[in-house]
Amino acid sequence: MKVLVAVKRVVDYNVKVRVKADNSGVDLANVKMSLNPFCEIAVEEAIRLKEKGIATEIIAVAVGPTAAQEQLRTALALGADRAILVETSDELNSLAVAKALKAIVDKEQPQLVILGKQAIDSDNNQTGQMLAALTGFAQGTFASKVEVAGDTLNVTREIDGGLQTVALNLPAIVTTDLRLNEPRYASLPNIMKAKKKPLETVTPDALGVSTASTTKTLKVEAPAARSAGIKVKSVAELVEKLKNEAKVI
Amino acid sequence: MTILVIAEHENGAVAPATLNTVAAAAKVGGDVHVLVSGQGVGGVAEAAAKIAGVAKVLVADNAAYAHQLPENVAPLIVELAKGYSHVLAPATTNGKNILPRVAALLDVDQISEIISVESADTFKRPIYAGNAIATVQSSAAIKVITVRTTGFDPVAAEGGSASVETVASAHDAGKSKFVGEELAKSDRPELTAAKIVVSGGRGMGNGDNFKHLYALADKLGAAVGASRAAVDAGFVPNDMQVGQTGKIVAPQLYIAVGISGAIQHLAGMKDSKVIVAINKDEEAPIFQVADYGLVADLFEAVPELEKLV
Repeated sequence: MKVLVAVKRVVDYNVKVRVKADNSGVDLANVKMSLNPFCEIAVEEAIRLKEKGIATEIIAVAVGPTAAQEQLRTALALGADRAILVETSDELNSLAVAKALKAIVDKEQPQLVILGKQAIDSDNNQTGQMLAALTGFAQGTFASKVEVAGDTLNVTREIDGGLQTVALNLPAIVTTDLRLNEPRYASLPNIMKAKKKPLETVTPDALGVSTASTTKTLKVEAPAARSAGIKVKSVAELVEKLKNEAKVI
Repeated sequence: MTILVIAEHENGAVAPATLNTVAAAAKVGGDVHVLVSGQGVGGVAEAAAKIAGVAKVLVADNAAYAHQLPENVAPLIVELAKGYSHVLAPATTNGKNILPRVAALLDVDQISEIISVESADTFKRPIYAGNAIATVQSSAAIKVITVRTTGFDPVAAEGGSASVETVASAHDAGKSKFVGEELAKSDRPELTAAKIVVSGGRGMGNGDNFKHLYALADKLGAAVGASRAAVDAGFVPNDMQVGQTGKIVAPQLYIAVGISGAIQHLAGMKDSKVIVAINKDEEAPIFQVADYGLVADLFEAVPELEKLV
């Protein structure tokens, strides 16, 4: 089966971001960017399906700026066969991204689309579900285990109280949770080979996708800082403070 | 304005997250209606009708809605949403699973995990793992929103007297089936609702050592959580994980034991009222957010703490 994997270029998860002084957003100038960690897990899962002989072709798709080609090359180096960049300099909301992905799904007709459960910049956790709605496919969100059985997909999902397993008709959408797998590293020879793999670029306009949005960010602020705490010297002092000063026990 | 709140329920009872979501709806202003969907949920609907501030309860009782499969529940919500200005659900795994599907079907953006209501169309939400707070305004005809439950104090579960109305429609997309469930069993309070949370990290060394935390938690009536490092190392099951990718908690007291305090963990607990850190590394970032820090070996400090509280 053909598998489509959506990847996003985001600020590296180790970077402590700073809010701009004019409150217009987060300062991303000269900050290290990476593949969103949940997208790495999505790419890894697609590659494992290919290694099991289930997936025949893996297409990595990104919706974003020209620089997102780097993240697509990373996906190619990890094992994707070809890549598509839906190029736009605007920062799109999840719905617009889902619409762009829907256009690619219509064109490529994959049996399975794998996305990360959320991007670590916007923390939305929406795109996979929205793509499922637009395509009419079933969705297996927060997946910690994925098994293909004929034309159904058994997905074990991480839910609040534990785990839940659902059976989905294919084609389907899966969003990855942290424990689905441990992503591999790209080897140097594979990074070199990835430079020769096909990477197609399209625009939302060419796909006939509207990027109009019903939300607007008015401002971005730093969270309220916690007042500095104190170090206590002993457990007895800690208990005394919790009882008499903080009054929480 | 009329607001539709999607109720979260389990084992025939209204989940506490629903009460926080009704509180957020009350801040938006207007009549609050609650949708209870599922199978055999008559009792839940009756309980929901008693929630303070709820004007009407809609009940969709059908086998298709058992287990809250989004392929079936989302079309139901879309059908009902047409008459509402806002659709709110708690940002639980169910809410996060279903609501974006609803928003896309309505062709509107969804706003995730709001922590405050500024006005009927303007909300605050954390981004970048809680390192920035965005104020967003929605021009959508129907505003579809998930609510971070720790951002709103729950309304009273008793005192209301809403009318109960049955919704007849049954949407069964036939695309998905519930196969099974494996729920972690615990006698301790639920993590997201607990007044006190005791969490362990990689410093615990192994799963067996969590018994020290369980003993302390039982004495305090606390829930036990964990950092991603502890979960990934296999010390404890993943539903105990506190953090950006796990549960968000805001208890009165959070005791972090053997946790360094990575950004992703802080995103899940830094709104706790009082934070205590016990760590032998005095440079650990957790001490920057802790109200009370104790630099000590946890294997000595935790049993001593258990004796003294």
